[in-house]
Amino acid sequence: MTESLEEFLIARRGAGRPLLVPYVTAGVTPGWTDVVHAYADAGADAVELGFPFSDPMLDGVTIQEAAGRAIAAGTTVRGILKEVATLDVDVPLIAMTYSNLVVQRSAAEFCAALTASGLRGLIVPDSPLEEVGELADAAAAEGLDLVLLAAPSSSRAELREITERSRGFVYALTHMGTTGERGEIPEQAARLGRELKGLTDRPVLFGFGVSNPAQAAELAGHADGVVVASALMRKLLDGARPHELGEYVASIRRALA
Amino acid sequence: MGEMSWSGRQGVAVPAAARAMSDPGATGRFGTYGGRYVPESLIPACHEIEAAFREAWSDPEFRGRLDTLLTVYAGRPTPLTPAWRLSHELGITLFLKREDLAHTGSHKINNVIGQALLAHRMGKERLLAETGAGQHGVATATAAALLGLKATVFMGERDIERQELNVLRMNVLGAEVVPVTTGSRTLKDACNEAMRHWVSSVDDSYYCIGSVMGPHPYPWMVREFQRVIGEEARAQCAAELPVGVPDYVVACVGGGSNAAGTFAGFADTTARLVGVEAEGGAAATFGRVGVLHGFRSLVLQDEDGQVTEAHSVAAGLDYPGIGPEHAHLRDGGRARYETVNDEEVVQALLCLARTEGILAALESSHAVAWVIRAAKSGEIAPGSTVMLTLSGRGDKDIASIKELL
Repeated sequence: MTESLEEFLIARRGAGRPLLVPYVTAGVTPGWTDVVHAYADAGADAVELGFPFSDPMLDGVTIQEAAGRAIAAGTTVRGILKEVATLDVDVPLIAMTYSNLVVQRSAAEFCAALTASGLRGLIVPDSPLEEVGELADAAAAEGLDLVLLAAPSSSRAELREITERSRGFVYALTHMGTTGERGEIPEQAARLGRELKGLTDRPVLFGFGVSNPAQAAELAGHADGVVVASALMRKLLDGARPHELGEYVASIRRALA
Repeated sequence: MGEMSWSGRQGVAVPAAARAMSDPGATGRFGTYGGRYVPESLIPACHEIEAAFREAWSDPEFRGRLDTLLTVYAGRPTPLTPAWRLSHELGITLFLKREDLAHTGSHKINNVIGQALLAHRMGKERLLAETGAGQHGVATATAAALLGLKATVFMGERDIERQELNVLRMNVLGAEVVPVTTGSRTLKDACNEAMRHWVSSVDDSYYCIGSVMGPHPYPWMVREFQRVIGEEARAQCAAELPVGVPDYVVACVGGGSNAAGTFAGFADTTARLVGVEAEGGAAATFGRVGVLHGFRSLVLQDEDGQVTEAHSVAAGLDYPGIGPEHAHLRDGGRARYETVNDEEVVQALLCLARTEGILAALESSHAVAWVIRAAKSGEIAPGSTVMLTLSGRGDKDIASIKELL
């Protein structure tokens, strides 16, 4: 796999495939890398790896609990990167973490370490467009796709800039709120999807509150695909094994078709 | 509120002296610190608040309303009390800026009345707040009641246990107190929860941050609302002291709002500015550069960047970060930051109570503890003049004090 995250996703989308990116918190259980394999085998187009942070501002109870468990188990950035380097999967891996972990040494060093371990993308939800400059430059210099988030509250001008500056894909939030499972898809999600699709050819994926296969399918209809996190992590925290998580991802894959 | 007449003093002029701690501009940077590290979803809200604050702050009518409420409701100006007996004991001249005498018992009311008026002006219906010791929560509940707004206050479960009286006060004032059960169950976690809640209720809720922290414009805005402490103290010192300005200006620092407001009044003078932190929560002393709760500053954290728990006998200083402007003042050498331990704090509280008849909050007692230590060691030279901001009163801490004695 030599292409970038974005090239990879565009090629997959080009084959008429709605995109599916499942999430796992790195270090949440001793065998967490098996979860990554299970996702890839079940039809994931990329896998998002959460680097746990003690104060996750944009995460709801499930991801927060997973992060807390991973930190309590002694998970470190260095440790995650070492394990990631040994992973042999045929889809790109994307790191998700908060600014504080990125700035510990420097954005350049952090991005270089991610790339050296084979990661292709990075999401930093508390580094909004107006603060992202240094990080975006560092990521670009390392050939790492920095994915930016677009919110229902973003203005059209902001959405235009986000679509221009995001790499890999544009991460569209289904609602104003934190990560977590939700009962229904708000009207604003469809509107945001349409708006973003009108502004860019870059893949647009929905995240936050994608709770089951039917919702995933509905949201994918308004964009290019979905990121699924809390629904999977809830199962994992409740004791699901990697192959069971893989089966659930496969069921979402089938719903997306 | 529309029925009330606002006949207070209009358009209070900001003296040139106060401009030294100035407007951080559109990016909200104090040197390399500050900024706006929040999810994209909150950026429009931050811009909206900044625009509303800039407009209000230059509007004589808003300033007049604020000034009136601070005068007729919050009890300003607060006195500058000479600490006669303690001064004699220490061989210095010590003045206390009595924020403990402000309505609700601490300096928090200055900022909260300002932000509540702003929220009201912006048409928001609810104030969200986080609180550690409970003083900011009480002030928020009070201002909400005054202006007919709803209030939801997030408070760590551990702080709820430590500050039972303030929880009761908030409830009586009509606020909803939401216990936070995550992490260390203290102020840091209450901040996380308030921030999360704000993301999902930004349309009708205003996040009333309690210290000089959070995303821009909060650190600047809160300092401006607290500037009244420093400006009053400056004028009072000018009247009391032969040289007009004290040798030292001292205040305790958690997030650092009372210190920022105090320092703002003296930043361009010759006074030495000293912020006093709890040993177990001393971000200015032991912290490293990091990003927490929407701003870049000094943060207590491990090698990997996981934020560590702060420990202090004072719930209000149990915070692992420090306001970005303090980090900048530290780097530039304009202010210095010292630490005291819990034992010194308790002794200082008792000392002030027994020499002056003033029961200070455990938070404020940190500043007292440093002055006592520095005067006794000769670090503060005999005959020096010291102006210390007593940020709040100690009634809320009486149960903790009972356990510590």
